Amino acid sequence: MATTTGKVRVLVSKCGLDGHDRGAKIIAAALRDAGMEVIYSGLHQTPEMIVEAAIQEDVNVVGVSILSGAHMTLLPRIKEQLDELGADDVLLTGGGIIPETDMKTLAKQGIGKLFGPGTDTAEIIAYIEHWMKQKEKKEKKEKK
Amino acid sequence: MKTNPREDISALLTRFRNGERRALAKVISHVEDHRPGFEELLHEIYPQTGKARRIGLTGPPGAGKSTMVERLVELARSDGETIGVIAVDPTSPFSGGALLGDRVRMSRVQTDSGVFIRSMATRGSLGGLAGTTEEVATVLDAFGMDVLLIETVGVGQSELDIAQQADETIVVLVPESGDSVQTLKAGLMEIADILVVNKADRQGSPDMVRALEDMVGLRKPGDRKPVVLNTIATNNTGMPELWAEIRRIYDELSSTGGLLSKRRSRIQLHLKKVVDRQIQNLLWNSSGSREMLEMFVKKIEAEEETPYTACRKIMNHRGL
Repeated sequence: MATTTGKVRVLVSKCGLDGHDRGAKIIAAALRDAGMEVIYSGLHQTPEMIVEAAIQEDVNVVGVSILSGAHMTLLPRIKEQLDELGADDVLLTGGGIIPETDMKTLAKQGIGKLFGPGTDTAEIIAYIEHWMKQKEKKEKKEKK
Repeated sequence: MKTNPREDISALLTRFRNGERRALAKVISHVEDHRPGFEELLHEIYPQTGKARRIGLTGPPGAGKSTMVERLVELARSDGETIGVIAVDPTSPFSGGALLGDRVRMSRVQTDSGVFIRSMATRGSLGGLAGTTEEVATVLDAFGMDVLLIETVGVGQSELDIAQQADETIVVLVPESGDSVQTLKAGLMEIADILVVNKADRQGSPDMVRALEDMVGLRKPGDRKPVVLNTIATNNTGMPELWAEIRRIYDELSSTGGLLSKRRSRIQLHLKKVVDRQIQNLLWNSSGSREMLEMFVKKIEAEEETPYTACRKIMNHRGL
């Protein structure tokens, strides 16, 4: 029998000009295997395209892969546009070639945990699932 | 702070009616997940439906459906029409997850404000669409879209839900889709208003077109005969002609009453589905359902009842 219960919806994108999508595809497949619905939007996405897709697909999580070094420009721009459009409850996470110090700076701007190359996909899955649980708890509290 | 769920729905509806795209996305999610209040939402927006032309696109995996969708979206936009796309992909029967990858092929139209693309996973439904695709189409229709394009999963010969949900169905094949015997088989061939051989630059394309035309020619006089077209979606060859044919067929259906009769069938099927769902809920998702089921299972095991006597008792118990 068909079920329609909600699933975690995740947008996996590659932002900017770098053309290496193997990592993004591995993550997308791993998230699917963990029971999530993964919208894979492919290469060369601009922040505007990513945010528009995130809104239309009503995702819980946006995962961006950036290997080009442009993360300090691109991630804050994505976050800013998500917030502007009222999607400030969406988790912005991702990974790629991002130094730890930059990760800390970005975390202060409300961007979620970021993962370097070689991160075990299980860790990313656990992070997303934990974040979803925390969000649900918070929403239940606000309804009381 | 107490938030009244009814107020939430009401606020959401207001934003939806104001044309807010995030509200559209949220209403779709509500309906897709059957969240509390979804039927009320559908009831409220139902009077605004009926304007959108619903075009179904189906065919085997790899036929180029998503690429064709992007081209058709561009053609609709150049005619000044707004267009909603529902792209369906299969849910894994093992993990319950899904890789929704149709959007990848639609990058060119991502940020056009006259376009709205929603990916759906089948979530166990087997007819080529998700169980709630019909209702999501209702939402996009009520929002004011001129055209709806519904792209099924890659199908075989018998996943035919799309024919019941679209005003017009386009079946996309590729030259490798098989010989003339394949084209005679029931199902997929019977639901097409238009048969398209895509990737027409590949070997075997003229043969495929000929085989399809022969098959169409074998139909009894008086039976609706689908049009056979050739395209190369990647470079837009044949696509304007396909779009023109889609329009022509829709106009023909409108003027002959064919459209009305299709929609009547759709309403009938949908009404039955909504009522069936209520009955299922009454039987299995109401208070006491689980205990009732367990009790009868034990009785059947103890040979005090058969499934058939149990059924009668369950129906009586629930007033059915």
